[in-house]
Amino acid sequence: MTFATIGGRRGALWLRRIAASLGTMGVTFLGLLLVTFLIGRVVPVDPVLSVVGDRATQAQYDAAYRALGLDRPLIEQFWIWLTKVFQGDFGTSNLTTRPIADDIARVFPATLELATVSIVIGTALGIPMGVWAAVRQGKLVDQIVRIVGLVGYSAPVFWLGLMGLLLFYFKLDLISGPGRVDISYEYDFTPRTGLYLIDTAMQGAWGAFGNVFSHIILPASLLGYLSLAYISRMTRSFMLAELGQEYVTTARVKGVPEWRIIWVQALRNAAVPLVTVVALSYANLLEGSVLTETVFAWPGLGQYLTNSLQNADMNAVLGGTLVIGVIFVGLNMLSDLLYTLLDARTRDRQ
Amino acid sequence: MLHSRFLASVALSALMLGTLPAASFAETPADTLIQAWSIDDIISLDPAEIFEFTASEIAGNSYETLIGYDPENVSDIFGKAAESWTVSEDGKTISFTMREGRTFASGNPITAEDAVFSLVRAVKLDKSPAFIIGQLGMTPDNVEANIVQTGPMTFDFKMDKAYAPTLVLYCLTATVASVVDKKLVMEHEANGDYGYDWLKTNYAGSGPFTIKDWRPNEAVILERNAAYSGDAPPMARVIYRHIPETATQRLLLEKGDIDIARNLTAVDIKALEADPEVKIESGVKGSLYYLGLNQKNQYLAKPEVREAMKYLIDYTTIADTIMAGKVKVHQGFLPEGFLGAYDETPFALDIEKAKALLAEAGLAEGFKVTMDTRNTPEITAMAQAMQQTMAQAGIELELIPGDGKQTLTKYRARTHDIYIGRWGPDFQDPHTNASTFAYNIDNSDEASAKPLAWRNAWDIPELSASTDAAMLEPDAAKRAEMYLAAQKEVLATGPFVIYAQEIEVFGERKNVEGVIIGPSFNDNNFAHVTK
Repeated sequence: MTFATIGGRRGALWLRRIAASLGTMGVTFLGLLLVTFLIGRVVPVDPVLSVVGDRATQAQYDAAYRALGLDRPLIEQFWIWLTKVFQGDFGTSNLTTRPIADDIARVFPATLELATVSIVIGTALGIPMGVWAAVRQGKLVDQIVRIVGLVGYSAPVFWLGLMGLLLFYFKLDLISGPGRVDISYEYDFTPRTGLYLIDTAMQGAWGAFGNVFSHIILPASLLGYLSLAYISRMTRSFMLAELGQEYVTTARVKGVPEWRIIWVQALRNAAVPLVTVVALSYANLLEGSVLTETVFAWPGLGQYLTNSLQNADMNAVLGGTLVIGVIFVGLNMLSDLLYTLLDARTRDRQ
Repeated sequence: MLHSRFLASVALSALMLGTLPAASFAETPADTLIQAWSIDDIISLDPAEIFEFTASEIAGNSYETLIGYDPENVSDIFGKAAESWTVSEDGKTISFTMREGRTFASGNPITAEDAVFSLVRAVKLDKSPAFIIGQLGMTPDNVEANIVQTGPMTFDFKMDKAYAPTLVLYCLTATVASVVDKKLVMEHEANGDYGYDWLKTNYAGSGPFTIKDWRPNEAVILERNAAYSGDAPPMARVIYRHIPETATQRLLLEKGDIDIARNLTAVDIKALEADPEVKIESGVKGSLYYLGLNQKNQYLAKPEVREAMKYLIDYTTIADTIMAGKVKVHQGFLPEGFLGAYDETPFALDIEKAKALLAEAGLAEGFKVTMDTRNTPEITAMAQAMQQTMAQAGIELELIPGDGKQTLTKYRARTHDIYIGRWGPDFQDPHTNASTFAYNIDNSDEASAKPLAWRNAWDIPELSASTDAAMLEPDAAKRAEMYLAAQKEVLATGPFVIYAQEIEVFGERKNVEGVIIGPSFNDNNFAHVTK
């Protein structure tokens, strides 16, 4: 057998795998959208109301009803929507009267920025805390980490947000209040990416950068804390499993320094499942946290989707669902990729 | 200051333990008025389509209508974009003369051509508020023949009947009668849409402010109109920030990061009264709070039950304690301040009387009924108070909570028992409420007109006829009498338990002066605000 044929077979295998995952993805998306679409149609809210209001005449109402395509059979409505999506047209929002793509391009960066800072905080603190708790299992540190995690799980985010604002913004005056940036800095930079930290840094508007940072830090810390609770708990249990393995005992017998055993050898193995944990936390944050966004007047995806759903603005809801679906699938694929980089066995299994 | 704030934030991010004291006093820019308001109901900035509270207020500050009135004394009507008018002998035609020498923000002159265009456009586009002009006999087909330019600064407004002149003039004070810049709008016309697609997110007016930007669910920014023909507003900018959470609004106000908070709850208002940096201002609004009793329900259809319900509301507790100054007791279907408004409050909580009435109806044991209740804290609190008082007379009131659009969808389909609602007048004339509380010419499920009387299946051919007659009465005093009579009848026999009128409350920083809180949202005015 020559090298070329091995390469060819491998190539074909890869192609088949890619085709299979694309197929699965396609079916997943189609199912996701169909279910969302149907939910939107069974919600007991009349979507025409948000277009024409409560005072419209019957004729105006009927005209809007037809314009929204609601007089057609459900499946036909879905088909029309789907074919338009394939042409890159996600429709128009009834509420903002703008194309869905524009709306999402406006609200998503706000959520993306908040979620990214949050997950950085959550991971940077959560993993060391989890490792520490595992190493000192049953000791005081472990108990503290568990209590911190428990509070993060159980305290309502809405309440934590308001209390955080009251303390750090109102009483101590350490940070800026709700919103993304103060009005006085709003004209110091042009939003290009929509990620204000990056926009201000790229344009050298450091005053505005500081202001944006002092706005984002509290909501991000709060959301970071919630993911920290989950990440530290999972890290702890993964680490406990690793520290009980034979290779750890062997390393200890061979005299490898303890810090190296914990932070390099054990953590590296625990990192494989942790990647999924972090990716899922990140995906959750990217859906937009509607309560946090409401308390902090953060114009993100969560608020947008909730408001759209309450008004049965289905184009907007479907567009948002699609974005979230893509994020979930994308992050899953990314964590699969990271798996192969971190874990030699998954590479060899090919 | 900023540097220390930034450093402090960094310290906070490390462990949220930072305690660097950074003395800073938040303050809004001196030439900018910043308001926190829940503005997610805005769906359009086109005056031909605007019908929501927020957008009406924005239009009221950025467009000029043909006719205006003094917000402090609504019966004082005067020309705004129009200078004067004469009514023909048969009462069917009103001839308007426009004010000379005025311009739009674009610099284009304001002429009769723009006025005619604006009214014709509104009727032709046929969006929700089009009926305000349409009810005067204008249809998309005949409007071009009925609203006609007669000279550079004059035009005629021809109606199918001799409607009461007060009615016509009040209709022309509504947002839908704003004068839009024809030249500018038509530059953006596409497919015969009268520039609608463009104007719903843009601006073509002549008011004290221009609409610079609308970012949905985020902010609306108004800027001083340099070409405004009146006195230049002291504020260079008025900014509305979308802050949905009321507790957040309160924190921002106390801190001085906003100048005005618009959605304060009764609890917030009470707490703020003690803050020396903040003042509370209020104005009576036209919205009424009421219960709609569906006559399709076998119990509610009994006249004695309808009357008993009116004795089972604790009016004063709701106004003074639950809503704490955000409403006042009111029972007639015309809000205080309207021509012919009935301001007496004959009903008060009287359990014994209600029990007697229920016994008369053969329901001494009481009955069970549901109420669709919007899940906002205030509506829920009022509903719970009613639940309690009704229970004392044996009526078991089950609250069905729902989102605003959800409860409204059910109400519009007449599938409710009781609906707890809020109704705001569409324009300043009494006909606006009479045509919904006292008008129902077709009570069938297929009816094309669906006023509130229809929604509660109240069949009233005679009352509807007198509502029609009041619309044509030229004498204002006689007209007022007719509306008084209608209100008394609805109060005595109708399926509406009207219990309060809205008071709009602003929490303001103490340096803010000159805010006008008018009877409707397009009367709320910021053109003279200083701080």
